[in-house]
Amino acid sequence: MAELQVHIDGQAVAVVPGTSVAAALLNHGAFAFRRSVQGTPRAPLCGMGICFECRVTVDGRAGERACMVICRDGMRIETASSRSASSETAP
Amino acid sequence: MSPLLSLPTAAQDPSDAQGTRALDAELVIVGGGPAGLAAAATASETCDSVLLIDDNPSLGGQIWRQGNAAAPVAAARPWLDAVAAGNVGVLAPATVIDAPGPGRLIVGPGDGRPEARNVDVTYRRLILATGATERFLPFPGWTLPGVVGAGGLQALIKSGLDVEGKRIVIAGSGPLLLAVADLAKRRGALVSAIVEQADFKKVAAFGRHVAVQPKKALQAAAFARSLAGVKKYFATWPVKAYGEDLLESVELRRASGESVDVDCDWLACGFGLRPETRLAAALGCAVVDGRVVVDERRQTTVDGVYCAGEPTGIGGVDAALLDGRIAGQVAVGRPIRGGLRRRGRRSRRFVQALDAAYALRPALRDLPEDDTVVCRCEDVPWGRLQAYDQMRDAKLKTRCGMGPCQGRVCGGALEILKGFRPETARPPFFPIALSSLASSSAPCGDRAEGAVPNASQTAAGSPDADDSTLEIEP
Repeated sequence: MAELQVHIDGQAVAVVPGTSVAAALLNHGAFAFRRSVQGTPRAPLCGMGICFECRVTVDGRAGERACMVICRDGMRIETASSRSASSETAP
Repeated sequence: MSPLLSLPTAAQDPSDAQGTRALDAELVIVGGGPAGLAAAATASETCDSVLLIDDNPSLGGQIWRQGNAAAPVAAARPWLDAVAAGNVGVLAPATVIDAPGPGRLIVGPGDGRPEARNVDVTYRRLILATGATERFLPFPGWTLPGVVGAGGLQALIKSGLDVEGKRIVIAGSGPLLLAVADLAKRRGALVSAIVEQADFKKVAAFGRHVAVQPKKALQAAAFARSLAGVKKYFATWPVKAYGEDLLESVELRRASGESVDVDCDWLACGFGLRPETRLAAALGCAVVDGRVVVDERRQTTVDGVYCAGEPTGIGGVDAALLDGRIAGQVAVGRPIRGGLRRRGRRSRRFVQALDAAYALRPALRDLPEDDTVVCRCEDVPWGRLQAYDQMRDAKLKTRCGMGPCQGRVCGGALEILKGFRPETARPPFFPIALSSLASSSAPCGDRAEGAVPNASQTAAGSPDADDSTLEIEP
């Protein structure tokens, strides 16, 4: 299967088509999807769109559930490890 | 090929930039897992106006999640084909965000696309096939990355998570644990332990219900073979997950009091499934003991609203398919075939036996410590929740359950920890973009016709378009 390319916190990463953003991040070793209200790192819990723990920024849209979005070629994903995605409330 | 309806975007609908597109169907089915697919396939044999709504990008629910596999799961194919042949309209990924009145649902984008517009759906009959969600219980360390649901790990693997060579502990309760262990092992994981909180004796007794059903017995035998070398604990549960910013190990406690530490990369932990009843409750259907009340025809207490599969009691894929076929016949005014009725009764007995065998032990209520986070959205610790007797008070005073998951995680935990009863959901049933909210407000046309400006919009309640049945056959 032809691979496609996404950018995880600025780094180009090859993924298999059909992979969810959540799976792509975990396969890449990005475990801190977001920071909680108290600042602790969080990663997917339910894997099916219920818990909202896996929120990341996708193509500039904050708060996307990584488990519900399928990777598209050229997609830019930012996690809590990326400064620009660190604030959930701004702007 | 069934018509795949997508939510309109502003670009497609320039004349109606604020607006809500309308769709009307004789029968609407919410949830595209086994129950919803079986209902759609059956109803569409004689009804040419069926609309199926699901919040996932593809049909099949969690058990038949298509993920990155090129082709649908084999068991799903006949149902997907029948739905296609029946010319069923499919609205996906789409989520029910409001039920402003009888016969009407407001449906928004299931994947949060801000450019997508809502659809105003009207119907004469409704089948709820909203499936189940996993029940989580808080314990110290459960928020660490690396701790996931059991169904959660299954869903992640199916959507491309690579677990080859990873050490995995699968814990909690229910036959789902075996299905997850089997999948992980087939994908090259090292399953270090399967940890079931129920007593071996109870699970063994439940095995008798499995043994009389050939399909389930075959699957149980296949799991037994596949998991032969895996360490299995009964009457054992996780008490603490360790790690700095990532899971490193888990401490297990046996009913005897003995502790066992296991190093692992993943702890997949779920305490059974919880019927997804929010939409039903918001529509006014009676929900008792966490299940939607239905009669033999799968009719709820609200006229014209039927419910099939897990929301009426956790029974797995076969029960869901059967329910879906019954509801699909009844909803279009056909009689239930005799054989189906008989099998329906037997499958309900299976549901009861499953419940009894895997009942959660009271000791699990002692898992959280004072500083253990219970509400993961708002970081509300257990110590702040102990003073409250009702979910509503806890919410108002601590913000527990007020975050984006709207109590879907902590609500299930607090049912067990404190006996809290879930609150009726109020719209929007799912967090939505402001643009979506704007487009769901009363269209000008309503006012022109003299309708009351949408007071009902905030009064009704309801559901989420499903997350259907998880894999639970033992």
